[in-house]
Amino acid sequence: MDQLDRLEAQSVYILREAYKSFKNLCMLWSIGKDSTVMLWLARKAFFGHVPFPLVHIDTSYKIPSMIAYRDRIAREWNLTMIVGQNEEALAGGMNHTRGRLVCCTALKTQALKQTLDGTGPRYRLTADGYVPDSNREPYTGVIVGARGDEEGSRSKERYFSPRGVDNNWDLDDQPPELWNQFKTDFAPGTHIRIHPLLDWTEINIWEYVERENIPMIDLYYDHGQGRRYRSIGCAPCTGMVTSTCRTPAEIIAELRTTNVSERSGRAQDQADPHAMEKLRRDGYM
Amino acid sequence: MTTSPAPVPALREQMNIVIVGHVDHGKSTLVGRLLADTGSIDPARIEKVRRICERQGKHFEYSFLLDALEAEQEQGITIDAARCFFRSPQRDYLIIDAPGHIEFLKNMVTGAARAEAALLLIDAAEGVRENSRRHGYVLGMLGIKQVAVVVNKMDRVGYDQAVYDAIVSEYTAFLAQIGLKPARFIPVSALQGDQIVDRNATMPWYGGPTVLESIDAFAKAPPAEDQPLRMPVQDVYRFNRFGDVRRIIAGRVASGRFAVGDEVVFLPSGKRTRIASVEGFSMRETPAGAVAGQCTGVTMTEQVFVNRGDLMCRPGEQPRVSDRIRVNVFWLGREPLRRGRTYKLKLTTYSGLCEVEKVEEVLDASALTSPGARDRVERHEVARVILRLRRPLACDLSDELEETSRLVLVDGYDVAGGGIVREVLEAGAEDAALRWTTEVGAINRPLRETKQGHRAFLLALHDDLDQNGVALAQALEESLWSSSHNVFRLQLQADDLVKAGTDELHLGPSTYPLVAALLNAGQIVIATLPWNETWARTVALRLPGLDVVPCFQVRFHAGADGGDDGEADWTLDPAREPRALHDDVKHRLKTLLRS
Repeated sequence: MDQLDRLEAQSVYILREAYKSFKNLCMLWSIGKDSTVMLWLARKAFFGHVPFPLVHIDTSYKIPSMIAYRDRIAREWNLTMIVGQNEEALAGGMNHTRGRLVCCTALKTQALKQTLDGTGPRYRLTADGYVPDSNREPYTGVIVGARGDEEGSRSKERYFSPRGVDNNWDLDDQPPELWNQFKTDFAPGTHIRIHPLLDWTEINIWEYVERENIPMIDLYYDHGQGRRYRSIGCAPCTGMVTSTCRTPAEIIAELRTTNVSERSGRAQDQADPHAMEKLRRDGYM
Repeated sequence: MTTSPAPVPALREQMNIVIVGHVDHGKSTLVGRLLADTGSIDPARIEKVRRICERQGKHFEYSFLLDALEAEQEQGITIDAARCFFRSPQRDYLIIDAPGHIEFLKNMVTGAARAEAALLLIDAAEGVRENSRRHGYVLGMLGIKQVAVVVNKMDRVGYDQAVYDAIVSEYTAFLAQIGLKPARFIPVSALQGDQIVDRNATMPWYGGPTVLESIDAFAKAPPAEDQPLRMPVQDVYRFNRFGDVRRIIAGRVASGRFAVGDEVVFLPSGKRTRIASVEGFSMRETPAGAVAGQCTGVTMTEQVFVNRGDLMCRPGEQPRVSDRIRVNVFWLGREPLRRGRTYKLKLTTYSGLCEVEKVEEVLDASALTSPGARDRVERHEVARVILRLRRPLACDLSDELEETSRLVLVDGYDVAGGGIVREVLEAGAEDAALRWTTEVGAINRPLRETKQGHRAFLLALHDDLDQNGVALAQALEESLWSSSHNVFRLQLQADDLVKAGTDELHLGPSTYPLVAALLNAGQIVIATLPWNETWARTVALRLPGLDVVPCFQVRFHAGADGGDDGEADWTLDPAREPRALHDDVKHRLKTLLRS
């Protein structure tokens, strides 16, 4: 087994443990490369099926082709696709000019919390488009595509990480985790975040995309302008990088020679040196 | 002519290394140095740390490159294990920086359990400290065999070889005691960057490798493919609702290998079948088998009922099966591990309740001396215990196979301890007895009780020196028998009984199954216990595993008033008339008897 085989096996093992342990399980799909690889790993784990819903938090400011790609893949792969949104904040005109942390908190953290606990709207993709989902049960297991090498606080995560009643992450008192024995027992009102990609690096992601031939959204590739996205999110807060990479192989080669941080194009990280830790303590992905 | 696509760069080998040691001995500084000196870190991140240090009025802290949490940077200590990646020309590394403070041992264990090799740091000025020893011991239990000891802060002792040599000899002796042989010792100064990546001229007396060279010299563990086959069943899938009719037994191969057509046996049930196919999704080719480390799924030639936690093995290479095991544990729980308490045990995918039968030995981790047997194991202690499981477990011993001998104990909602199976013991008689009655569909105890019109229960009479217990037992047996009750009287001897905890008596291994069988057959069991001054006052006979069957105690004590009717423990005055004693007891039992 090579390094990718080992990473794949560990992720598949985690996904199967999650499926066995949680009755109300979902997977967060941001449409980005990491959670798309994670979705592919779920199909590996369950022999072509994805036996739990995919949840996307739509801030309404996403790059438009992300939404088209999401719905196409959801239909092709026979996914249970759930979309959540903080409609109240959007009705109040929330946008990034009110402050990036304010906007992220409202449209991502708050929207996520409401969608997960069932107090906010959930829309399910059907043959006739999105309709309100009848299932409003709280999700007690939430699979998230966070990687340990993305930024400091993520490197301290567990594979199975408990979240409190307020969705908060108590990272000063995390459970021990050893020998692939995960925290699957939890108090009512709390839930567990599951991180199958914790050991993957950005390069591993692209190596796997290349090897498995995973159909990634094409925003990651240059289309002749000499620019591409390295990380995707909301249009106003996500910048492109100068790069002529058109394929996963070219991206791998490029990443091997750079040490510029992956999230350098993400504006919210620059607001405060501990911005991500603060966001994540409150329940951000 | 078409242009050929860019070649895919070859995959690089990766190794996971953990850095452990006592608090403040410089672990995070060492890792920060490794990252910075190998050019593995984003200059923007170095700049970010420089800004934070300036704001706090500090010199540049290499440790801040890792101690990312706000509290960590304010307090200058590592709270949780961090991971970071760096590359040497030879391979890629995942470095796990484990906290050295005692309070965060659970985080250290979490970090170290993922590692293939370890660097153990000792401060040259402070020498071997409590956690230098505790971490060494835990590394051994976690099965990490490749360890290099880094003697840090040599600049603080003037790069003195004598200081270094003394630490080497003290720590080598300690590690030998716990069966760990370090690959090498390396004197360094992480702060100054001596002997980390660069070979500075500060310690000409040391001719050995640098830290980077030492970790490059660690070997990858040989694959477990050639060991006996073990695949713990993780789940059984049948995705009918997706139109999939396959019944797939899913799991990760812990050791060994198998191929389509191989005969396999599932333990503990012992069911045998053959592998019909190996399933997968989007595989480059149809798999013909699987090897250790792979997550896979198989279908069988004959459908056998298997449970999560069963071990798929090869006939003739079978693991141990037992419901009593001797285990070395390290305890991380908020509450101590207590004898007599029940915990959830998880070993690979097996999960079941177990009771702590005995705490045989507790090691004081700071000194690693043994204060001997105790009733409980405190947080951060290491101990040898006997666990009794509610249902049998298939496992291996820690010196045979690693993965199938490692377990954790869950207390409430939390993983509270880790351990390794040292030995399997004879099946506990109590659990054997339980199994006689738990079969679905059997004519069971409640059914018998309904038909016979009275409950089954145990009445334990603590005899006194005048043998009032035996006399009362006889009277009760006769009167119950004559009123059509199924009743059986036992006169227990001292060696039928086992003391458990401070206030309990259990039945010994040969007596328990007998009593359990009688009770499960619907009998009222009247048992007299031999005279024993302490027992007669404080100790109660209990039947672990048979809690559903009522159990009453009767004792004799001059001047006693009997006690409340609702209680299960009565003290009677032996001066009363035998007939009155008999009627009193029968009256208390009346809800369980025929009307």
